[in-house]
Amino acid sequence: MLYREAGDFKTSYEEDSQTFPIAFDRYRYWVVLAFAFLVVPFIINDYWANAIVVPFLIYAIAAIGLNILTGYCGQVSLGTGGFMAVGAYACYKLMTSFPDVSIVIHIILAGGITAAVGAAFGLPSLRIKGFYLAVATLAAQFFLVWLFNKVSWFYNYSASGQINAPERTVFGVPVTGPNTEAWAQYLICLVFVTVCAIVARNLTRGSLGRTWMSIRDMDIAAEIIGVNPLKAKLTAFAVSSFFIGIAGALFFAVYLGAVEVGEAFGIQKSFLVLFMIIIGGLGSIFGSFAGAAFLVVLPVVLKVIGVDLLGWPTDLVAHFQLVIVGALIMFFLIKEPHGLAQLWRLAKEKLRLWPFPY
Amino acid sequence: MSADFLYGIEVIINGLMAGVLYALVALGFVLIFKASGIFNYAQGVMALFAALTLVGIMEGEVPFSHLINAIFGTEIHHFGWEVPALLAILLTLVVMIFFAWAVQHFVFRHLVGQEPIILFMATIGLAYFLEGIGDLMWGSDIKTLALGLPQGGSLWVEDMTSGLGGDDFYGFFIDKLDMVATVVAIVLVTGLILFAQYTKQGRAMRAVADDHQAALSVGISLNFIWVLVWSLAGLVALVAGIMWGAKSGVQFSLSLIALKALPVLMLGGFTSIPGAIVGGLIIGVGEKLFEYMIGPLVGGATENWFAYVLALIFLVFRPQGLFGEKIIERV
Repeated sequence: MLYREAGDFKTSYEEDSQTFPIAFDRYRYWVVLAFAFLVVPFIINDYWANAIVVPFLIYAIAAIGLNILTGYCGQVSLGTGGFMAVGAYACYKLMTSFPDVSIVIHIILAGGITAAVGAAFGLPSLRIKGFYLAVATLAAQFFLVWLFNKVSWFYNYSASGQINAPERTVFGVPVTGPNTEAWAQYLICLVFVTVCAIVARNLTRGSLGRTWMSIRDMDIAAEIIGVNPLKAKLTAFAVSSFFIGIAGALFFAVYLGAVEVGEAFGIQKSFLVLFMIIIGGLGSIFGSFAGAAFLVVLPVVLKVIGVDLLGWPTDLVAHFQLVIVGALIMFFLIKEPHGLAQLWRLAKEKLRLWPFPY
Repeated sequence: MSADFLYGIEVIINGLMAGVLYALVALGFVLIFKASGIFNYAQGVMALFAALTLVGIMEGEVPFSHLINAIFGTEIHHFGWEVPALLAILLTLVVMIFFAWAVQHFVFRHLVGQEPIILFMATIGLAYFLEGIGDLMWGSDIKTLALGLPQGGSLWVEDMTSGLGGDDFYGFFIDKLDMVATVVAIVLVTGLILFAQYTKQGRAMRAVADDHQAALSVGISLNFIWVLVWSLAGLVALVAGIMWGAKSGVQFSLSLIALKALPVLMLGGFTSIPGAIVGGLIIGVGEKLFEYMIGPLVGGATENWFAYVLALIFLVFRPQGLFGEKIIERV
């Protein structure tokens, strides 16, 4: 009844081309934002922030980034972990070299540096396609992790080889370092997620997004109608890496605080983010959020059920998690290759017609 | 001959031996890719799973014992018998054939006609699934594979070659296990080639690889061939698992080592069996030589990434790999 375009008359071009054409969606969007910004910070505690909410927000940014590259532009990348590491180490070097500059600027700059690195590793994509490219991005993954392990300049010659986030404040409130409150961690991540999601959504709706999608759907045909593949692919790599770099910087500075590169940004991370966008839905911003939420919440739920309720040993539950994640991936690819986002779309279609079936 | 030069040769020989093992894993990829167009990321985990199963059967472990113990509070772990190696290998093969059937029946039958990249992602899911199942069945602790294969450096080779260099040179150090692996790999590859060339099923397999539709129209069952190919890949995985497992213990890193087969494939081309072998040898020698000559200058451990970067640079100049079929794009 409420979920209708009917009666909602558009009188200008801006209104006609807005992100949410249905009034109910717009209200929902503002309610969700208001809830996230005005209610959650007051009720969040350490456990929820650390176990679910903050990793969800950070992975959502990474998933949006990878979705731009893989879902919108069709270039499969297995180098996400490596690019997140670039973001983290860039952020660390900036934080320690210029302690007086705001952390927010550092995180954005870290994204920019990652974008440059990503574009450089994206260059072969002009010659290499499909699987070959997926394997080629593994070169980025392994090379970058090795680099941050071996070149001690990146971790300021510390004996442990780790990087530790020093304390930095935004408006006088510490957001990194050991004295950070849960709500401050949450809010800074939330701000970045919101901005990233809005930017990504509008980029993919605009002409840039359309060139990406044309490359994805058929690159030769796109070239013939005048899309420059060099520009399209490299911008996709750069924009995607920008988001992934921001996610890496937040992951290190705000969430973990101390990072050892092989452990935090290994190949497993690349696969994790890839799974998020497969389960969530390729080529959908909502899907990035859904996938990130799903794969962040799943281990916690399994742990609560397995370890706390049934009293099984932790390693057994961890193995079960592998089985379930693997089975889910296959299940989704067979039943719904477009992921959770497609289910959401179907639900909305049904809702628009409700109570009538057609 | 100077000692440095001879050590360089030793590095090359050891690289060739390591390359044989890479080639062995790559072979499994090529078999499946040729016949069904599926790029099987799970090949490495299949090797791990096969090795785990072999150890489990040999030691008479109860499958899923950890799970059963956790659910029912029992304390079972072993049947209390030991199975001879040969029988255990046969039983493992049966398990791998069952696995091939299950994969075909439950997963890839439903994905026929999907885009290659979807199939690839499905195999990543399969890899996770199989890894979890392997751990659930046999536990995740590091196991030793006691097949009685010879280990350690070969004294005979060392004695024979020590006279080549000056006083600084003590002869080539070559692992006996690597020599066994090379022999086994040669036998396996010869066997596969004979199978593909001279048996009915082998011919059918090649027909499917050439053209699915044409193969169907002359009455070849695609389903059967795909199960067959997955079984063969299981066999190759078992052999690779035995070799790697005997070398460094049966543990999770086994499946990561198998990732190295990916650059091998890129170098050799996804569709060529000789390509897989030559690619494996090039990668094996290349990374050992690079580590020996350049490694000390940049801090070592270059083996982690050298293969990938080499393959990447190579592909920029020749996108279809060394022996791959020329990529023709049609709109």
